[in-house]
Amino acid sequence: MDTLSIVFYLFAFIVVVSAMGVVFSRKLMYSAFSLLFTFFGVAGIYALLNADFLAVLQIMIYVGGILVLIVFGVMLTSRVTEVDIITGGTGRKIYISSAIFATLMLVMLIYMFSSVNWGFAPVTEYKDTTLDLLGMKLLTKYVLTFLIAAILLLIAFIGAAFIARKGS
Amino acid sequence: MEIGLTHFLVLSAILFSLGIFGLATRKNAIMVLMSLELIMNSANINFVAFSRFGNFQIEGQVFALFVMILAAAEVAVALAIVLNIYQNYRHVNVDEIKNLKG
Repeated sequence: MDTLSIVFYLFAFIVVVSAMGVVFSRKLMYSAFSLLFTFFGVAGIYALLNADFLAVLQIMIYVGGILVLIVFGVMLTSRVTEVDIITGGTGRKIYISSAIFATLMLVMLIYMFSSVNWGFAPVTEYKDTTLDLLGMKLLTKYVLTFLIAAILLLIAFIGAAFIARKGS
Repeated sequence: MEIGLTHFLVLSAILFSLGIFGLATRKNAIMVLMSLELIMNSANINFVAFSRFGNFQIEGQVFALFVMILAAAEVAVALAIVLNIYQNYRHVNVDEIKNLKG
């Protein structure tokens, strides 16, 4: 077993276990903190996939931005008297049927992914960084998409601030 | 067995199924948002994995970048809406919110 497999299985274990913690935990804060580990694990997976810039971006955007927003949301939308903020399920019937549905989908997806012969040559070498390639693409071929995404982000944040105003 | 494309795809399939399960079984709107993040992350893993192992160039990573931008915008707007719902209803259970005009 080489180093790459060990690192991959380590990160995959972190991702899967903490994602199960997000989904199965009864308390909202525990879910939010499990989500932190999921994001870190996914960042490690990106680094393994030779996407160094995306790994840093994952930590900056997801952990630094989205997770903080979600924790704020948890705090602001519950009458906090103790840590036990119960998330509340939808009842036994929906629980069991969606468990069956999710398991079926997982089995089908894994069967599909492992039975297809993708026909790609195995890739083993790592590039130094992909940041320069990414920047080149963003400012030449995808420059319009880049600008539209920037404007969309601006509009979304203005809209969010407008909607969240008190007594609007 | 060498770590290849299939390993990453299976990992993202597990993450996706967990996200779907959380989306279906939870009432709390914040919890639904968290499950949505899991699903987006699994899609992103697929993009980056194909960008590395496929015969494409860096396009998968570019797409993953835009997915991240959209996720940030989506979470900001959704949390604003959730805060507004909380001000009107004093709870955020998505299956009990039926009125359109608060």
